[in-house]
Amino acid sequence: MVNAMKINGNNINLISPIPLVEFLSVNGYDPERIAVELNGDIVPKKEYADAIIKDSDSLEIVSFVGGG
Amino acid sequence: MRIEMNGKGTDTSCRTVMQLHDALFPDADVMILNGYRISCDVRLNENDQIYFGKSKDFPDIEGPEMITSTRDSTFVHERLGKATVGIAGLGGLGSNIAAMLARSGIGCLVIADFDTVEPTNLNRQNYYIDSIGMNKTDSTENILLHINPFVKVDKHCTKIDENNAADIFGECDVVCEAFDSPSAKAMLVNTLLTGSSEIVIVSGSGMGGYYDSNIIRTEKRMERLYVCGDNVNGDTTTMVGLMAPRVNICAGHMANAVIRILMDSIQ
Repeated sequence: MVNAMKINGNNINLISPIPLVEFLSVNGYDPERIAVELNGDIVPKKEYADAIIKDSDSLEIVSFVGGG
Repeated sequence: MRIEMNGKGTDTSCRTVMQLHDALFPDADVMILNGYRISCDVRLNENDQIYFGKSKDFPDIEGPEMITSTRDSTFVHERLGKATVGIAGLGGLGSNIAAMLARSGIGCLVIADFDTVEPTNLNRQNYYIDSIGMNKTDSTENILLHINPFVKVDKHCTKIDENNAADIFGECDVVCEAFDSPSAKAMLVNTLLTGSSEIVIVSGSGMGGYYDSNIIRTEKRMERLYVCGDNVNGDTTTMVGLMAPRVNICAGHMANAVIRILMDSIQ
């Protein structure tokens, strides 16, 4: 049985590992407005292109709304 | 018995608060014992902290104890007095958070904003007509020192970016992200979480309009990131814009999150 990836607490099944930047783009995230934590570590923006996400990973994506 | 009375160590043979009151402060109408205001007699114990005062008079105590010993929740003030908290952005969130944290006895507030106070700010930000045209950092400092003259204010009238954020907020235990634009919010969170292994961030996201108060929440989203807000209703996503009540509710969530973080972690 394959472990599901957790995104913001929800289980998601990935068909195969994919680059983080692709996952963000497909799911409509603007990289300029988010912070990403992968398995408990913040992912620096410059590493979005190289980071690969896979099943069993835990991903937290915080998307900021304007106003303050 | 040794107690602390009005900020000073004192030996007394009195056994109860009212005995002490009648002997030394018969005119006092305010009695605060160990951080709680009391109105009936209570037995005194070794090392109790007691304050007697008159409700309409300025307290006759010098130094920071004037603030801590004359207010409720003394032991909280004592712990928060050792903390340094950053506030990035002094708009509706930041100006109100700063005032609440100064009232709560935070020792040092590092405040940063490059802007000046404009008439349009007064619908929700903690400034006055007299503040218009002033740097927000100067006006906020002025207001904070009127609330608590012993809070240390470290002010930076500059735009925060990737290059200066760590220098300005590096000494903080907790930083409140109180910017308005989503990209500035993301920049600060990414910069401080990547550059430091200790700073905890409390961020505001979604407090526009006059939607239900109860959908504004505090959530721990990452190991060192708490997000307060409804996560949906921004300044441009509602037809109403930002209004004082929900901005203040969110600011209250953020200030309370700061206190909760500090009370658990600071020795």
